[in-house]
Amino acid sequence: MSGRERQARTDLGRIEAEHVSIRLGYGAEAFEAVQDVSFAIEPGELVCLIGPSGCGKSTLLGALAGHIATSAGKLHVDGAPVAGPHPDRGIVFQHHTLFPWKSARDNVAFGPKMRGIGKVERRRQADEILELVGLADFAGRYPKQLSGGMQQRVEIARVLVNKPRLLLMDEPFGALDALTRIKMQELLLDIWTRVRTTVVFVTHDIDEALFLADRIIVMSPRPGRILEVIRVPFARPRATEIVATPEFGQLKRHCLELLHVRSDSAPLTRLSPLGFDTGQGG
Amino acid sequence: MASSTETGFVRWVLGAASIAVCLLAWQTASTLRLNLGLVTFTNVPPPTDVLEAALALAQSSKLFDHVSSSLARVSAGYSIAAVFGIALGLAIGRSRRAGDFLLPPLEILRPIPAVAWIPLAVLMFPSSEASMIYITFIGALFPILLNTIHGVENVDPRLIASAKSLGGTPSAILREVILPGAAPSIVTGLAIGMGTSWFCLVTAEMISGQFGIGYYTWESYTIQNYPDIIVGMILIGLLGMGSSALLRWVGALLTPWHTLGETRR
Repeated sequence: MSGRERQARTDLGRIEAEHVSIRLGYGAEAFEAVQDVSFAIEPGELVCLIGPSGCGKSTLLGALAGHIATSAGKLHVDGAPVAGPHPDRGIVFQHHTLFPWKSARDNVAFGPKMRGIGKVERRRQADEILELVGLADFAGRYPKQLSGGMQQRVEIARVLVNKPRLLLMDEPFGALDALTRIKMQELLLDIWTRVRTTVVFVTHDIDEALFLADRIIVMSPRPGRILEVIRVPFARPRATEIVATPEFGQLKRHCLELLHVRSDSAPLTRLSPLGFDTGQGG
Repeated sequence: MASSTETGFVRWVLGAASIAVCLLAWQTASTLRLNLGLVTFTNVPPPTDVLEAALALAQSSKLFDHVSSSLARVSAGYSIAAVFGIALGLAIGRSRRAGDFLLPPLEILRPIPAVAWIPLAVLMFPSSEASMIYITFIGALFPILLNTIHGVENVDPRLIASAKSLGGTPSAILREVILPGAAPSIVTGLAIGMGTSWFCLVTAEMISGQFGIGYYTWESYTIQNYPDIIVGMILIGLLGMGSSALLRWVGALLTPWHTLGETRR
C-alpha cells in the first residue's frame, strides 16, 4: 500500500449518528434499548462506549455492524446508511466466534475467500495479518488449541484482513484474565497505530476505556442515552503507567460519578450485538 | 503406569473368563437338552455345532451371495436415506417456511415403525428388491433427518452473524458454516440410521427375500438347520458392527476438529 493510498484510507470510517433509537423485542415485550442518541466519530478515531450492563451499548454496536435495525434516526458510515452486515464493518465479540473446523489461518482467510481470492493468495494475506497479531507460529492450529487471548487475536486478525473502515469490538477482552487483558490492550493500540481504522470499543471497564480511547461516550441505564462525551487527553503512545497519574484518577472518578447517578435500580440483563444475550456468556 | 497395564490385563482376563463361562454353560445346557419349563434348550444347537456350521458356510459359495445381497440392499436404501435426510434436514433447519411445509407429513409418518411398512411396501413395489430397499430407507431416514435438523438449529447464531460480517453470502454460509457446524450431529444421525437400517433389512428379508442374511437365518429355521440360525445371527451382528465402525471412522475423518479436545486430555 503506497503512502497516498494510506492517506486516502484514513479518510474513510466516519460515523454519524443522529437521533438514533433502537427497539428490541416483539409486541408487549418490546422496549427501547437505545433512545435518541447523536454523536459523530472521525475516521481513525478510537472511541470507547461505556455504561452499566444492559444500557444498550452493545445494541448500538450491533446496529453499526448491521445486525440490528434502528427504529428511528439516521446512522451513517461515510455518508451512506448502514444496511446489513458488511466486511467494511468488522465486529469482534466478547467470546470468540472462530469456526472450530478451520485452522487459525483458514479462519483469517475466510473474508478473502468470500471475495473470491485464490487459496495461495488468501493464505498469504492471512499469514501476514497473523504475524501482525503475533501468531505467525500458530497459523496451523485449530481454535480449540489456542488460549483465550490467542483466540481473540485471531478473531481481530480475521476482521482486519478485510481492511475494514470500522473495527467494532464488544467487550473483546472481558472474558480474559487481568494480565492477558492488559497485554491485549497494548497489542490493540500497537495494531491500531499500524493499521489505521476507526475503532468503536464497548466496555464496562473504566480503566480500559481511559487507557485505550481518544474519547469516551458514557451511556445511561436503559433506555440508553448519552450522558457525556469525555475527551481523553493522554499522549500516545501510551504506557500502562498512565494508570497511576493524578489525571487518570481524576477522570476515573468523574466516570464513576456519571455511572453511579442511578445505580439504585436493579441490574438489567446483558444485551448483545445480535439483540438479546445469545447464551454464550460466562 | 505399570499398575494401569496390570489392571488392564486383569480386566481382560476377567472378561475372557466370563465369556468362556457363558459358552460352557450354553454347551452344557444344549448337550444335556436342558428343559427348564419356561425356556428349553432341547432344540438349541451347542456352540461346537455352530462353529462347525460357520466353517461350512465360510467354505460354500452361498456366503458371498447372502452377504453381498444384504450389503447391496443396505447400501442402496441407506444412501438414499442419507441424501434425502441431510437435504431435507438442511432445508427444514434453515428455513421456517420449509419446516412449516415439509414437517407435518413427516411428523405423521415418523411414529410408524419401519417394520410396520413391510406389508404395504410389498404391495407398493412390484419388485421385492425395491420393497426391501424401501424398508431400509424408511428405517434410516428419520434418525438422519432429525439429527440433521437438530444440528442445523444448534449452530451458534454468532458464528452465522460473524460469517455475514465477513462477507459470506447465504450459499457460502450454508457450505462453510452450517454444514460443518451441523456435521457432528449429522454423523450421529448417520450412525443411528445405520443400526436401524440393518435391523429393518433383516426383518424385511425374513419376509420377502430370496438371498440375504435375514433370509438365510429364517430359511435355516424353516428347513430345521438350527446351527445355521445362530451363524446367521452372528453374521448380522458382525455386519452391523462393521458398518457402524466404518461410519464412525469416516465421521472422525470428516470432523477432525470435533475430537480435538478429547484427544488432548
